[in-house]
Amino acid sequence: MSIIRPYGDTTGDGMVQMSFTLPIPHDKRAEGAAVQLANKMGMDPALVVHAKPMGPDFTFFVVYGPVNHLVDTSKVEVVERDYPLLSPKEANLAIRKHLRRRLTVVGACIGTDAHTVGIDAIMNIKGFAGEKGLEYYRELKVVNLGAQVAVPELVRRAKAEKADAILVSQVVTQREAHVLNTKEMSAAFREAYAEDHRPVLVAGGPRFTEQMAGELGVDRVFGRGTTPGEVASYLVNALVTRRQPVRRSA
Amino acid sequence: MKKLDLDPVTVRKARTLARKAGRPIVNLARRHTTVSVERAVLRLAGLAGADSEGIPWVNRLADTVRADVGLEHGFALPVWDALLRGEAEDLGVLAQKAASGSVTFRLPEGRDAQRARTAARKAAAAGIKRIDGRRRERERLIKRHGDPEQRPWIYLIVATGDIYEDIPQAQAAAREGADIIAVIRSTGQSLLDYVPEGATREGFAGTYATQENFRLMRAALDESSRELGRYVRLTNYASGLCMPEIATLAGLERLDMMLNDSMYGILFRDINPIRTFVDQRFSRQIHARAGIIINTGEDNYLTTADAVEAAHTVTVSQLLNEYFAKEAGLEDWQLGLGHAFEINPDLPDSFRLELAHAMLARQLFPEAPLKWMPPTRHMTGDVFRGYLLDGFFNLVGAMTGQGILLVGMMTEAVVTPWISDRDLALQNVRYVLGAAGNLHEDFRPEPNGFIAQRARQVLGESVELLEQIVDDGLLNAIGDGTFGLMKRPQDAGRGLEGVARKSGEYYNPAIELLEEDR
Repeated sequence: MSIIRPYGDTTGDGMVQMSFTLPIPHDKRAEGAAVQLANKMGMDPALVVHAKPMGPDFTFFVVYGPVNHLVDTSKVEVVERDYPLLSPKEANLAIRKHLRRRLTVVGACIGTDAHTVGIDAIMNIKGFAGEKGLEYYRELKVVNLGAQVAVPELVRRAKAEKADAILVSQVVTQREAHVLNTKEMSAAFREAYAEDHRPVLVAGGPRFTEQMAGELGVDRVFGRGTTPGEVASYLVNALVTRRQPVRRSA
Repeated sequence: MKKLDLDPVTVRKARTLARKAGRPIVNLARRHTTVSVERAVLRLAGLAGADSEGIPWVNRLADTVRADVGLEHGFALPVWDALLRGEAEDLGVLAQKAASGSVTFRLPEGRDAQRARTAARKAAAAGIKRIDGRRRERERLIKRHGDPEQRPWIYLIVATGDIYEDIPQAQAAAREGADIIAVIRSTGQSLLDYVPEGATREGFAGTYATQENFRLMRAALDESSRELGRYVRLTNYASGLCMPEIATLAGLERLDMMLNDSMYGILFRDINPIRTFVDQRFSRQIHARAGIIINTGEDNYLTTADAVEAAHTVTVSQLLNEYFAKEAGLEDWQLGLGHAFEINPDLPDSFRLELAHAMLARQLFPEAPLKWMPPTRHMTGDVFRGYLLDGFFNLVGAMTGQGILLVGMMTEAVVTPWISDRDLALQNVRYVLGAAGNLHEDFRPEPNGFIAQRARQVLGESVELLEQIVDDGLLNAIGDGTFGLMKRPQDAGRGLEGVARKSGEYYNPAIELLEEDR
């Protein structure tokens, strides 16, 4: 069945919960305003189950109700994984067999971003979600430059290390910093390298979506919840298994 | 409040080892100076403002002095020698002339040097007197408005990037119950080798620390303190390449707490270790004098290393921070030693482990206002689960008598906090403190139970690690990745070019004054 509705406690009831704040004092009119907003979002009838003043000028609402929208799952667009998931052992074997040298990965948090939690989860041996990080892979040479790395420095280190792949992580999203930084990075690499010698560029961060690769000028984007194994498998597929580093049209 | 049966011999041994590990670092710090320490002296002497490009006059002056005579003698002698030679009537004019290249500096000798020393000392003393005045002013205001009724004090973060947005948010947060407002800095600031100038409205994930921003926010919170009948404290960050200058500005503008960790910049910002330790020592001397409570950053280790496996690295860092702080003149009440609720909640007994670690910190540092930091690493975006986790975090805070509680947001890792996130978070804190704030009166862990044993184990591992550090040298331990898994060699890292070994002629009036009055 490709047409579905949200599920509360009965199939097809369409029940949804949401919370939001309106910039008005709490009174009956404010609750009416909350209902009006919910109605316009397709929730009808809307039940304001909780309204609380937050200081003199704001009111917080929790609203429950059925939404009248239908979802067609056959029309959902996603980027399906187009490479096989490999275990660390399989990834190592593939690199050893086909590349006959270690594959070098340089990672960094670029620009002003100081949040290394993403890049560390992927690169540190410790890993994430029960999977060991890239440092655990014998055939990967991992260089983690850490936080607040300037783009020219990243390019310099990439050349010095003869990097096969670049991983950058961006967490801070204020004023679109993650997008601007990543675009700057991809532009710099495209300028510094001939296209067929350029390392594979990978961007990751919780606020990226996989569809953004083209906009960002990178080969691949990994979003929230990505595990080290997925990144390693992608790299092996892009750089080793397909032999000639395949440059995705992005 | 001795609830854990810790072996006093082991505790003493841990402190002795921390002293042994730290002393060579202090000696190293005393042998070196940095551009930022020297600029802080100029700021103490009253040099402020920036040129039309926004470069502070202290940097303009410092760069010229360094080009003419080097960094190793300190800047006080050449600068006040130039003033005594009549090159300019004050520091401001001297800085302008230096920037335009119309003055040459020299290292004075003999009587000229003596006269320059006297003049520099007088100028620095005026700055320290202003800091002393600010400290007395704080004491007066606390007397008038009072301290918060409860412990822990409730610490909330404001971070819009725009000081004029921060102010109403901070005042609203104070009204909602915050006792301490921290203005997070723009992410890039720690790596700037100058302190931006003036009121700022542009920042990434935070607001620049500037003297004017400090002044504006302190004035706004003074207003809130009057309105609310309790003194609302203001926090900022003395870290990064300009730590000594920012500490000085904090003292001059009556900030109340400063984030100031002995190793954070090295580990998490890749700032050169020697630069950091030199800057650290000076900034802590200023904080000691200004009556500022420092907050250390041990929570950060647990965001990169595992919170159970690395629990002892937190204890070791707390002991080192304590040693460095006291050596610089800080007293126990000024040590907001950090630790955090970062154990994987899926781990069996995770809450008991958290309790054990928090109680260990409480008992090792009974007089320090420990700073208790909320979960971040295991906040997944499931805001409902996050809210529960924050509740348990608050409960540990209440049960173990923490001094400063940084309020956790259920939207951690999702968005910068919304107004409703803050309100819900404060409700969470109020509920837990109201319902269980006095639970520590009844709560005694079994003498040989899980919690007590775990605390003893962590203390034991801390002693082992300290022994290794003493054998190996702290700088080598940092180079090897002992803390937060970060490897930082002493001959690399940012800001190294701003470090010099002191010459025989070196003179720094501020350090002289800060050390002799103790």
